[in-house]
Amino acid sequence: MNKTLNQKAWWLVAPVLVLVAFNAFIPLMTVVNYAFQETFGNNVFFWEGTTWFEQVLRSDRFHDALIRQLLYTGMILAIEVPLGIGVALTMPRKGPWVSVCLVLMALPLLIPWNVVGAMWNIFALPDIGLLGHTLNSMGIDYNFTRQPVSAWMTTVLMDVWHWTSLIVLLCYAGLSSIPDDYYQAANIDGASRWAIFRYIQLPKMKRVLTIAILLRFMDSFMIYTEPFVLTGGGPGNTTTFLSIDLVKIALGQFDLGPAAAMSLIYFLVVLLICWVFYTLMMRNEEQ
Amino acid sequence: MTHPRKWLVPTLYILFLMLPIYGLLAMSFKTTGEILGGFSFFPQQFTLANYKVIFTDPTWYNGYINSIIYVVINTVISVSVALPAAYAFSRYRFLGDKHLFFWLLTNRMAPPAVFALPFFQLYSAIGLFDTHIAVALAHCLFNIPLTVWILEGFMSGIPKELDETAYLDGYSFPRFFIRIFIPTIAAGIGVAMFFCFMYSWVELLLAKTLTSVDAKPIAATMTRTASSSGYELGLLAAAGSLTILPGAIVIYFVRNYIAKGFALGRV
Repeated sequence: MNKTLNQKAWWLVAPVLVLVAFNAFIPLMTVVNYAFQETFGNNVFFWEGTTWFEQVLRSDRFHDALIRQLLYTGMILAIEVPLGIGVALTMPRKGPWVSVCLVLMALPLLIPWNVVGAMWNIFALPDIGLLGHTLNSMGIDYNFTRQPVSAWMTTVLMDVWHWTSLIVLLCYAGLSSIPDDYYQAANIDGASRWAIFRYIQLPKMKRVLTIAILLRFMDSFMIYTEPFVLTGGGPGNTTTFLSIDLVKIALGQFDLGPAAAMSLIYFLVVLLICWVFYTLMMRNEEQ
Repeated sequence: MTHPRKWLVPTLYILFLMLPIYGLLAMSFKTTGEILGGFSFFPQQFTLANYKVIFTDPTWYNGYINSIIYVVINTVISVSVALPAAYAFSRYRFLGDKHLFFWLLTNRMAPPAVFALPFFQLYSAIGLFDTHIAVALAHCLFNIPLTVWILEGFMSGIPKELDETAYLDGYSFPRFFIRIFIPTIAAGIGVAMFFCFMYSWVELLLAKTLTSVDAKPIAATMTRTASSSGYELGLLAAAGSLTILPGAIVIYFVRNYIAKGFALGRV
């Protein structure tokens, strides 16, 4: 759409700007303050320069948390995206079952995150939970509070349970914007199932899929509540992702300097990856 | 196109989604003794005692009321300020528009864990700590950018001729916006409200940090009860089951909007 040049449009944006800036700038400046200075309370600050940043960037603890985070985000994307596309493709297009499917599938998205954690905790309890009990009675030794592999499997499965529906809903939206004529034409041409997917359905889903991946990337990179309630970052540190580690440092140990420096590095990593995504997406839209 | 076993994949998927929810529901109807006694698929001694505690104890039911209050305030604020902004982004070019749009999105990318402590200090300093409005305002950080994004997508799908015809007919901007434009993108507003509700309802870290007693959300009540008075699994399960209800109601109301609406806008 060709847009008209109108500087007065700033007035329409102003309320949003004020509200978001209030919530974004002031806290961000607080973080910056702590990141470059040392404080012993009473609003007395000493300049520290980049000491905290060097400390965080060199620490094994940060590296490990970052690697765990990348591994986790990679795993959930690798499972959720294909599964989401698969379910969206096989969902009914018309009739009463559409509403039923949509409502049931959207349900996990609207459950508070700590309830998701608590629900999976209950579900996976080795002796009395539905999943834990079933696995153990099948002879599989499973205990997510003790075994790192079980803890990882449960955390990943929880995220798949929680968020695949977002990808399903977005892909479904993309698919339902395809007119029936396209499919009829493809049938007349004798196109294979794969050809229909590759040349009709996938292009239509490209836009929504980019959004879905962007959202899933951002949210999984910030994940805190669900794994915290489920495993508390354990056993040991095996499921301590970036946010959990950050909260441990900031509120648990009250090391505000390193925590603030880590916050800024963390935020910059997310920003950088999202900027790349966003630029790619905008290029797609211009085409 | 239609494959005979096509329904199998969605059915299995939905079954997988329902299992943990069933586990939670089943546990909420069990007595503590039965829960700790061992595994049972169906509640053996069916009881409503857990729910009775929640509906009679004010510290429990106030949690639900608090959560709903700030979620509603947040949804109203987010959608009403995002509407004109999204219109500006979809219809006009202005100095710094692209940068502004990306900057808004960056706030959606800010990890709440980064902001928890500064938020606490900020809202304590302005005397809003432990109020519903504090949580509602704090959730604007990620909900406004998302709402602007969704609404901009929907608005860009509406031809500009609609605006031009209305102005030729002598409509002023506010009158056009309220009388013609808003009804036209009603589906988009529905979807945007759904997302606002969703992200505000499910968020816990900021809501918990910004409240102590008067505005304490249900999710925080749950974690605090679980840690203070031992692990009362049945009560926890009942409280958890009840938090699913508002979401289920909201989805039911917007189900047609989701189906049609998702396709209209970008999201």
